[in-house]
Amino acid sequence: MTATGFEASPWRGALAEVAAQTRSDIVEMSRKAEEAVTAPRDPGAFPTEWRLAMAARIAALNGLDNLAEHYRAKIAEPALRALAVPGAPGRVAREQAVLAFMDKVAAETRTVAAEDIEGLKAAGVADADIVRLCELNAFMSYQARVLAGLAILKGASA
Amino acid sequence: MSRVVHRFTRTVPEWRPRVTPVDLAQATPEQREALKITPSNTKVSDYVLVLAHDPETLAIRSPLFNAIMYDPGGMSRAERELGAIGASIVNRCIYCAAVHAARHAQLAKDTAVTDELFIRGEKAALPPREQAIFDFSVKLSQSPSAVTEADAARLREAGLSEAEIVDLILSTALFGWANRLMHVLGDPVRNDG
Repeated sequence: MTATGFEASPWRGALAEVAAQTRSDIVEMSRKAEEAVTAPRDPGAFPTEWRLAMAARIAALNGLDNLAEHYRAKIAEPALRALAVPGAPGRVAREQAVLAFMDKVAAETRTVAAEDIEGLKAAGVADADIVRLCELNAFMSYQARVLAGLAILKGASA
Repeated sequence: MSRVVHRFTRTVPEWRPRVTPVDLAQATPEQREALKITPSNTKVSDYVLVLAHDPETLAIRSPLFNAIMYDPGGMSRAERELGAIGASIVNRCIYCAAVHAARHAQLAKDTAVTDELFIRGEKAALPPREQAIFDFSVKLSQSPSAVTEADAARLREAGLSEAEIVDLILSTALFGWANRLMHVLGDPVRNDG
């Protein structure tokens, strides 16, 4: 088992579909990217279970309930699992600022502005952690679109 | 003085980071390793130095980006750029749209498509194949759960093979990623005078 439970993931089936149609190194690199954002060697301020909660939250914001459930099921800590639900509030002010930022970047990307980054800094989030949040969020956007896009090709690719 | 660019353009602006880039002189071995595999290692851009704050992701994202956008096979490079532009228009990433519109114009030897895209945005009227590609990219970028088998059928009717459709999905999805870095972590700026 990998740290993110790749073997049981809906992501795995989608990547097998990519492998059948295109360059196989894309599959391996996409799998590694998931690990880099959900279970990195250096997690900064955001441990793996918190990241899995964000992954589930963003999958749900994108309307991908299976993917959201896949990530949510890996979270042992109830307080963190609660954060996986869109709209669930942060436990402290800093976390609330981070959640508002994550929701906006995931679902209202075009309206993100300099003030949003200033808001994170004011809440005490370090520059390196801001980049980590963006990579996690941005990867989830990629993953959701690869999964949803490939789902409509099922059965047609023989 | 520099001012923030708010309108789509093919003239690539500067990119001004909103967080402090990694100082190359202070970079860790892992950061140096991640920076090495980016396309231009002679002069490292502020953008890549910002991403070096998360070297593990940068190290995998750079080759993945190149594989999806530039490896041979599947959809043409110009059409992959069209997928990238669709995402960048939805997410209003001015910088990404500029880079990839300029590249599209160069590859397609034509500025008519990107002129129309920048004038009419998501409602652009294009030749049939380009229209199908762009519309799909916009829809997938806006809402992944909204795409259906009818959308795939429309791409096939426009002449796309299964491998080309997969490339379109990948390039569109990749810019869902890229836009959320470029548009969120910095401003596109133009220096006056």
